[in-house]
Amino acid sequence: MSGGRVITLQIDGRDCGADENQTILEVAQENGIFIPTLCHLNGLHPVGGCRICMVEVEGAPRPLPACVTHPAEGMRVTTDTPELRRRRRLILELMLAEGNHVCAVCVVNGHCELQELALQLGVDHLEIPALYPRREVDASHPRFGLDRNRCVLCTRCVRVCGEIEGAHTWDVMGRGLKAAIISDLNQPWGEAESCTACGKCVQVCPTGALFEKGKATGEMVKRHLHLPLLTAMRKEEEER
Amino acid sequence: MSGRLRVATVWLDGCSGCHMSFLDMDELLLELAPRLELAYSPLVDRKEFPDRVDLALLEGAVSTPEDEAKARLVRAHSRLVVALGDCACQGNVPALRNRLDNEQLLDLVYRQQADGPAAAPPDRNVPPLLTHSLPLHRVIAVDLFLPGCPPPPAAIVRALTAVLDGETLSELPTLKFG
Repeated sequence: MSGGRVITLQIDGRDCGADENQTILEVAQENGIFIPTLCHLNGLHPVGGCRICMVEVEGAPRPLPACVTHPAEGMRVTTDTPELRRRRRLILELMLAEGNHVCAVCVVNGHCELQELALQLGVDHLEIPALYPRREVDASHPRFGLDRNRCVLCTRCVRVCGEIEGAHTWDVMGRGLKAAIISDLNQPWGEAESCTACGKCVQVCPTGALFEKGKATGEMVKRHLHLPLLTAMRKEEEER
Repeated sequence: MSGRLRVATVWLDGCSGCHMSFLDMDELLLELAPRLELAYSPLVDRKEFPDRVDLALLEGAVSTPEDEAKARLVRAHSRLVVALGDCACQGNVPALRNRLDNEQLLDLVYRQQADGPAAAPPDRNVPPLLTHSLPLHRVIAVDLFLPGCPPPPAAIVRALTAVLDGETLSELPTLKFG
């Protein structure tokens, strides 16, 4: 995003120039500063849902999610402190504890953003007791499957389907521990009339929750690098 | 360290894959052998857990009262305890049953699908199950987690050499899951 005032801020002690309409995450990425993310995906609207990307902003009473926070003149941002790491680990542990994440039998083992994040943050066990919830698997679609046991409710599928494909097949139903991804009005995926079977949701899903049928353990590799190009091309089209 | 490091490996509710990974250290095992003593393991013929062990590597989740008793025994006699592999670290495959009903599960597997006369577990062959298959640290204190299904041999080598060289166990890097 651009077109706003140009401002200067500091990220991890480095002076960065930014457009005021950008997000802290975008500015950091432009300057080669790494902030871990999970629900965020370049090309989709940021929602600040997972809070993994939170950073410390001098003067702010609590950490702020970098993906939805705009920079301001003279802002001082810190992206990596022991406290931030502790909070990120805790968030990840809570996510893992309220699902059923079993890497050894998962289609994306070795290619999973959740797994990668756990390795980065050093979550080698859960201090929080796991809940082992009963969650539904939807295998009614001829080409794809949805295993809600592996879902972290990042809503990337919801966003890509609504924003890019324009079908809006996916949505979130229920609250708290009962929150679940549903297709159409909670019909089986295979019977969801709005679904175009484009597979974008499968490709953007950071875990093995959405997968192609016929893939065995570790065989599913997600491809979503085309997304930012797609959104950029559309924007260009609109502006023409 | 004076004398050889007394190492034990223990097999709880796992597939023995972690022990295979232990053997997969290959020639490194030979290098380590002069500094180690395998005091107890499914790989050696010792029936009772020894009084004093320096380092115990436990594979598998804690799924039965027998597993639980064994884990506590090992903890009581070991200076350092390592959760070896995904089952010991987080439950993994054995814990897939945790969202099912134990009685229904046993009924389905041992009675409804029985080839011969229906068995009536628990009995001497099928131990009673704990409500949940638990990661090791839910039952005993764990000093180091070595996840992986199985953990790579290099991770086990790293842990063993760290203890041999007197390094702090908690500073070892996590290598992989699944």
